[in-house]
Parts: sequence; C-alpha cells; structure tokens
Amino acid sequence: MSKQVALFATCVVNTMRPRVGFAALKLLEDAGYDVAVPENQTCCGQPNFNSGDREGTRQMARHFLKTFQDFEYVVVPSGSCGGMVHTHYPDLFDPSEEEHAPLTALASRTYELMAFLTGIAGVKEVSASCNRKVTYHDSCAGLRELKVKQQPRDLLKTVTGLELIEMNEPEVCCGFGGLFCVKYSDISGDMVEKKAEDIVGTGADLVAMGDVGCLLNVEGRLNRRGEKIEAVHVAEILAGMVPDRGED
Amino acid sequence: MHVTSDQFHEKSAEALKDESLAGALFVLGKMFPLMRETVVAQLPEFDALRDRARDIRNHALDHLPDYLDAFEKKVNENGGRIHWARTGAEANRIVAKLCKDAGAKQIIKSKSMVTEELELNDHLEAQGLVVTETDLGEYIIQLRKEKPFHIVGPALHLSAAQVSDTFYEAHKEYGRTEKVEDKVKLVEEARIVLRERFKNADIGITGANFLVAETGQIVLVTNEGNADLTATLPKRHIVVTGIEKVVPNLDDVGVLLRLLPRSATGQETSNYVSLYTGPRQKGDGDGPESFDIVLVDNGRSDMLDSPVKEMLRCIRCGACLNSCPIYGAVGGQAYGSVYSGPMGSVWTPALTSVSQAGDLPNASTFCGKCEEVCPVRIPLPKLMRHWREKEFEQHLSPTTARWGLGVWTWLAHHPRAYRFFTSLSLVGMNLMASAPNPKGRWITKLPFIAAGWTNSRNLSAPSGGSFLSQYKKAQKAAPPKDTARPSNAEGEGK
Repeated sequence: MSKQVALFATCVVNTMRPRVGFAALKLLEDAGYDVAVPENQTCCGQPNFNSGDREGTRQMARHFLKTFQDFEYVVVPSGSCGGMVHTHYPDLFDPSEEEHAPLTALASRTYELMAFLTGIAGVKEVSASCNRKVTYHDSCAGLRELKVKQQPRDLLKTVTGLELIEMNEPEVCCGFGGLFCVKYSDISGDMVEKKAEDIVGTGADLVAMGDVGCLLNVEGRLNRRGEKIEAVHVAEILAGMVPDRGED
Repeated sequence: MHVTSDQFHEKSAEALKDESLAGALFVLGKMFPLMRETVVAQLPEFDALRDRARDIRNHALDHLPDYLDAFEKKVNENGGRIHWARTGAEANRIVAKLCKDAGAKQIIKSKSMVTEELELNDHLEAQGLVVTETDLGEYIIQLRKEKPFHIVGPALHLSAAQVSDTFYEAHKEYGRTEKVEDKVKLVEEARIVLRERFKNADIGITGANFLVAETGQIVLVTNEGNADLTATLPKRHIVVTGIEKVVPNLDDVGVLLRLLPRSATGQETSNYVSLYTGPRQKGDGDGPESFDIVLVDNGRSDMLDSPVKEMLRCIRCGACLNSCPIYGAVGGQAYGSVYSGPMGSVWTPALTSVSQAGDLPNASTFCGKCEEVCPVRIPLPKLMRHWREKEFEQHLSPTTARWGLGVWTWLAHHPRAYRFFTSLSLVGMNLMASAPNPKGRWITKLPFIAAGWTNSRNLSAPSGGSFLSQYKKAQKAAPPKDTARPSNAEGEGK
C-alpha cells in the first residue's frame, strides 16, 4: 500500500489558479504518494486571522480539523496557508480546550509543498524540462515562518534546460499581504512596482514563487506594465507544466 | 502624546508622491540594512547574543519593581535623585519644576525619544525657557517644527538643500548671510551656533539607553558627542527616560551594547558610549552639581500587564524601520507619531488607543522582516495582530469588512455553499474579463473594495472551473489510480 497524503489546495488555488493544484497532485504522486483531495476543504482562515477576527478563525480551524484530521500528512502548495496551519493554528486554542491537542498534532503534520517534497518525501530531483530563464521570489510566510528558501531552488536546478537567475532582493515583500493590497492599495502598488522592477532587471522570462496570492499580485503588475514575463507557481515548473517559450 | 495616526491614508498617499522623500528612503532602506548585514556576518555569535538580550530584557521586565528599587537606592547613594512620573504630564511638570527651582533660562538637550513622546520641549517653552536640541538631526527638525522622521535619524528625510534653507533662515540672527549646501559646512555652521548654546546652558537634559540597577548608572550611546557635552557642561543634568530601560548589571549592558549599534547603524560600536554615575564628587575635575533622573511610566505599566508586554524589550535601534517595506515606501511622518515603522505601530496604540492609531498595525503585510532583524526578538507581527484583534473586538473595523468576514466564515464551514459561491465568483470574474474584450483573460477594473487591486495591477481571470470541480470531473472520468489530471490542465488558461 502506498503512503497517503491529503492535498489542501487552498481557496486561492481552488478559485484563481487550479492548475497549481494539479501540479501539486502530480508532484506528490510522482513521489510515490496516494493523494486524497477532501471535497469539503475550504479556507484556512488567514483573511480572518489577519483582520483580527479570532473567533471566525477558530471556526475555520475547527472545520479544517474535521476535514483533515484522519490523514497522516497534509500538504499545502502555499507558504502562507501552510504557515497559518503549521505555525498559527496551535495558538488559536487554549491548551484546556478540546480542539487544542488534535489541532496541534495536525498542524505538526501539515507541510508546505516544497518542504514536504524535500524534507519528508526525500525528493532530490524532478524529471521536468523547461528551457526558460527563471527568477524565484521568496514569498514572506514560506520564507520566514516555514524556512522555505533553498528547497525550491534545489529542485529547480534539476529541471532540464532551466536557468535560475537571482533577482537583487528576492526576500523583499511583493506588497500582497492579503487584504492589505486592497486596503492600502497605493502602498501595495508601490511595493509591487519595486518588485516588478527587480524581476525585469534579471532578464528572466519567467518568475516563480510558492504562493498564489503573491503570484497574482506580481503577475498582475507585470501585465499592467506590459511586460512579457510570466508568473507561475514553482510547482508548475517542477511538474513539467510550463511550456518552453513560444511553444504555447 | 498627540498623534495624527488617523490620517495615515492621506499622509502616506502624499508621501508616495514625494520624489525627494523616495530618494531618501531608497538610500535609508538599502544602506542601513546592508551595513547591518555586513557587521552581523562578522559576528558569528550574533544570534546567540539576541537570545541572551531577549532573556536579559525579559528578566528585567519580570522583576521590574525590584530592579527599579535597586536602581533608585544606588542613585541615591551616588548623590543623585529619582523622580517618578506616572504620566507624561506629570513628567513634564517635574522637569519644569526642576528648571524653575534652579532659576534656569537656557536648556540644552541631547536626543531623547521619551522627551519627544512627552512633548517636553513645548511644555518647557511655554514656561518661558529656551530649549535647544543639540543632536544635529533633532536640531534641524526642531528648527523646522517637525516630528522625528525616524527614531535614530530624526532628519534622515531631508536633503542638504532643505537643511541649507532651514539654517539660512534660522541663523540670520548670527550674521550668517551665505547659503551653504556642502554637508561638512552645514555641520560646521550648526556646530558654531550650538557651541554658544552649550556654553550658556543652565541645564542639560538627556535621555538614557539603559539604566544599570547594580551601579545606579545611566548609559548613553551616541555618535555626535553632543550628549556628553549636554551631560557634563551645564551645572545640572536631568535624565528623562522610561521605566522599562533598567537592566540588572553591567554584564547585561555589555550584551546589549554589542547588539544596539550593529542593529541600528551597522556600526560595531557607536562613537561614544558613556556611563554617568551621578553629580560631581569631591576631587572630580568636571561634571554637574546635580543629577536628577525622571523615570516615566506613561502607559508602560499597563503594557507590562498586557499581551503587548514583549514590546517593552525594545532598545530603540530602528532596525525594524530600516528593513520595513511599508516604512520604506512612506517614511516616518505618515505614521503621525514620534514612534513609526513596525515598533511604532505597536507602541503608538499602546500609548494612545486603537481608535486613534488602529491604522498603523493594519498597515503591514506581516512580511516578518522586522521580527527577523529585531535584536531582542520582539514578535512584531504578532503584536500588531493583537491590535487588529482589539480593533475587531471593539467594532472599530469597517462594517463592510466585518460583514464580509462573517459571510466568508459561514461559507468556510458550509462546504456546499462554499463550492457554489466559488463557481459563482468564477462566472463573475470571467464576465468582467470578457466585458471589454470577448476573449479577454485580464480583468482591468474590479468593483467595490476590490478596486484597490486594479488601481495598480490587472487580475488574470481563471478558466476551466475550480480546482475541486475539475478534480471531481477527472475522478469520475478516470479510474481512481490513474493520473487524476484532466486533459486541459496543462497550459490551461493560455
């Protein structure tokens, strides 16, 4: 019997970029896992958590627990949603509350996709090819809450034909910040413009990252500027779903 | 403390349009972090020191009354006097009385954020005293009647040309008829004016970076040397600082001093580190005749018993400001408080209220860079989130946002309704993308609150249904063990 994991695609991937879900699915299957996709999965509660709505967040954490508690591992193709569950869920309930123990245990079994592939599944290389110049943006929550930094780069380096070029400041926030980008849209706009400048300066034709929120932000700005650079989730490249330039 | 933090939106919009400010912020946001990283890389034990510093500060705060008592006892033994001020107003009254009792007319000051917090200068000037700031940056903003732009560099936002204009106007009375823009000459000009003020001052007021319980000393860390003149030239020295600055002993100061200048300005040590023990003793060649320390609470005790207690560990290095992308975009004035950036976004609501300063902790992407660089490991995003929770609890956040979050929460634990809502939003987005262009993939204008998104970026409209619906279809079509991807997954949306 193969090893089992559950995929939590996240609400943003589910709605805005379904192919990232399929990329994650393929990578997990290629790593030898039997992947379940629970139909009742929804949102991790980050919008509520970062808006100060603790009670709403707790309700969503309870739903997450109900949906995923029977799985040995939960894998998330997002640093911020992964960080929400892994880092913040345990603090939502007091140790005296009944949800605390199972939720803390589930949080410790929940991994961001890259961290899972390299750390748990032991994946060292992928079979994909992609003849593109790629630059990688470190999404904040993945980088700082989950220490995802080297893992995606190590895997990208095994993609045939891919050239990885670092931007000047890959660790500087793109200005997404969930609801921040609409509540403080002019500051966010200034930040994503600086990020776009840095990306364009690399000469890359593809920018990869690990969070679809940041991806939509960066992609949307690049498109507004009229740039030809595409933005993808790193999983899409690793799963061989990004065609070479001019092939599409 | 008066704040205008409720105007954050307007002021940040203005700041974003200010090109000379953008230039200053670019230099600040690149130079300081780079210098910090360079010296940190040369100190392998830096992270271990941060742990120790956090523990030292926590220990001091956990035993704050004991260490303050010990400090007071030592200060008294050394011939100094302690004055306790519960509020800012009380602190101002104490300092004013000390000045009046001494018959003072001219006061000189070195840079102190606590006195900025208290608006002490305004209070003393209202009593007819002449107060002169002697830190170059503070002197400049005092002349310009501005609040500090940055807790370490109060005038970092100003160009040499702006300073030149300010000096030209202010120094006419000293017979300065020439406008200079050369930085060295500007410093020289300030030095000539300030030297006279130093000589004529009756009282010197300084802050303190640390208070040492074991010895009753105050520690001052500066680069310009003005604080040492302030503390030693006039007949009287008054120290105004917060109660949270106390640490147990000099070993602790040693740890904190290895972190402070490295974190603040990327220096291994600052130009001057001075310890002041009390008034001039018999046989001393110099020093003040009296040494008074005003220990200010002004909301700090309340913080000690609150979820933002960890903020009291702060050693005012400014590393969180230098590395913050929000501060780096709008600068210090937009925050409408003497404390700006991430640390100011936690301090300001604590010293005022969330209704006055709630915008500050909201103006963060929670990128976490501030926590990453904090020398005493203050979890700044967590503390900013605390204020957002307070705001939400007190129903201060906008009704539409609360309503939206309520609906979202309900949907999130009613999966069927959630899936229906998802499909509906997909239809909506595709309509918006195709409205201007039938084959359009890009949404260029979104309605309501989402308009903020399309102010500066487009949104790529998804196609092919949600992930969950596509996955379900594929599962039905294929045997379970086969690959679960639908044929349109690859290159979808192109």
